[in-house]
Amino acid sequence: MISLAGRDIQHAWGKFVFTGVGLGLLIGVTLTMAGVYRGMVDDAMVLLDNSGADLWVVQKDTLGPYAEPSSLQDDLYRGLLGMPGVARAANVTYLTMQVREGERDVRAMVVGVRPGGIGEPGQPRYLVDGRHITRSHYEAVADVTAGFKMGDHLRIRRNDYTVVGLTRRMVSSGGDPMIFIPLKDAQEAQFLKDNDAIVQQRRRTAANPAFNRPGVPGLLDAVTASQSANPYVNAVLVQIKPGYSPEEVAEPIRRWKRLQVYTRAGMQAILIGKLIATSARQIGMFLVILAIVSAAIVAFIIYTLTLGKIREIAVLKLLGTKNRTISGMIMQQAVALGVIGFVVGKIAATYWAGIFPKYVLLLPGDSARGFVAVVVMCALASVLAIHAALKVDPAEAIGG
Amino acid sequence: MHKIGIQIEGLRKRYGKGDTAVDALKGVDMQVVPGEVVGLIGPSGSGKSTMLKCLGAVIEPTNGRMILGDEVIYDNGWKIKDLRALRRDQIGFVFQAPYLIPFLNVTDNVALLPMLAGRSNAEARKRAVELLEALDVAHRAGAMPSQLSGGEQQRVSIARALVNRPPVILADEPTAPLDSERALAVIRILNQMARQYETAVIVVTHDEKIIPTFKRIYHIRDGRTEEEAGEGRAFE
Repeated sequence: MISLAGRDIQHAWGKFVFTGVGLGLLIGVTLTMAGVYRGMVDDAMVLLDNSGADLWVVQKDTLGPYAEPSSLQDDLYRGLLGMPGVARAANVTYLTMQVREGERDVRAMVVGVRPGGIGEPGQPRYLVDGRHITRSHYEAVADVTAGFKMGDHLRIRRNDYTVVGLTRRMVSSGGDPMIFIPLKDAQEAQFLKDNDAIVQQRRRTAANPAFNRPGVPGLLDAVTASQSANPYVNAVLVQIKPGYSPEEVAEPIRRWKRLQVYTRAGMQAILIGKLIATSARQIGMFLVILAIVSAAIVAFIIYTLTLGKIREIAVLKLLGTKNRTISGMIMQQAVALGVIGFVVGKIAATYWAGIFPKYVLLLPGDSARGFVAVVVMCALASVLAIHAALKVDPAEAIGG
Repeated sequence: MHKIGIQIEGLRKRYGKGDTAVDALKGVDMQVVPGEVVGLIGPSGSGKSTMLKCLGAVIEPTNGRMILGDEVIYDNGWKIKDLRALRRDQIGFVFQAPYLIPFLNVTDNVALLPMLAGRSNAEARKRAVELLEALDVAHRAGAMPSQLSGGEQQRVSIARALVNRPPVILADEPTAPLDSERALAVIRILNQMARQYETAVIVVTHDEKIIPTFKRIYHIRDGRTEEEAGEGRAFE
């Protein structure tokens, strides 16, 4: 038996391919939306992976350092190093801000790390160019997606930094590129007030009789000095010794240091479940609507193509063609249209994913699921057309 | 060989019920033997199309009797369960427009019916090619319908009607869009094929050009048929 669907497609391939390309662009948008969601999740996961930490120690009763502000004393890590199971502990600061370079500025997450602390948690894992930060001030390592080059001068708050190294896939959970600078500079950038504010604060302190007592020399200077210091970090990242479980190390820190400690699973739950949950739902809704629109368009296309063949279908039925053969022809065409659409959509999504400003991750598994969904959707969409075809009266071929 | 091509006795068809009922056929009698071509003529609304649809097993008559070949297919109810198979295997259709399937080439348009009947592609195509040769369109076997002239298309549709060797062919205004010369050529082919394949052919028409060619004519008026001898001019 010849393939009626195949012959029809062969006969009107131009119309068919053109329709398939149109459908494919729609499928491409749907695949891209799935890729945007995957990219967000992947950004969150690489943030955790690349931090190299097993535990995140943050201010008590906060979801810090990524989801909520957290502030800890910067000498706390010393105490943590003495806790059982702790192999390494390192201070870090995170601050998302605009970083200027010449006339342009880039939204980036500025990360403060200890200079020369290669391999410590929080440090850039590997570089694609240059070297790590070795000096205590004014050096930076930037993610390549920030668009900076080696030797570029960045302006962060009041200071200029020279890019000495470039790294890759070091991004925040929002997909912003990370820029690593020395910890002290990062603390200043985050906590230090501007000069006018400092002068005003000193005046207020001097005017306060509690701090400027007659007969207590040195008190005012001590208070002023403490106000000018920035002994805070956002988190202490901890690596645990082999043989310890994260929870086993976290529990004593919570109990004795009275701090919040998150394991990797806990931090992942915060990032995926809280930080990007709303965006994920937003994209999910968009995906559902796109899928419904795509299904409606496929149904409409197949229905219109079938209506264009009503006379042929009436003749086929009059000549004794089984309903099964006619239904098969319509369904095969619908599925073929879906396959063409999927191929076009996949190619289009792969091509334009690279143009998006944030990371779009097209997973083979999502593509496979998308392919099955498209085929099922097309098969279901053809039901309406099949219904119309089966209702055609063979007497229409005779007329009268 | 069948003794009867098609025989109809007291065929009635009523549309609707009660006060709005319309009797389209009021007891039609007709007999066409194998190899014979008869004309069925009548004015618009006389019941020609209804009769054709009843004969073609497209609509169910109200009552009466129909014999196709040697088989009673209707006797106050269908005696055949699979009417699609009946249409496919026992009845050939030729339409006013050829209604060839536009996405199949000439050979496959003709071979489609035997394929649908379960014959192998090779056998179906062999039958198709034989008929195309008999109808002098074998040289267009690989062409698409849109590449054929009107006359060629009609010959292909005649080949399609004959391919399953049905005992009867129902031709609905087969010459309407053709000029005199081509119309007569189609009727000549139908006569030739009817004799060659021992098929009864009923030609529904009000084409004045071809009416004189029939040896026997059924006039249908107000749902009843009257038989009369025709001139049989072109084939004397």
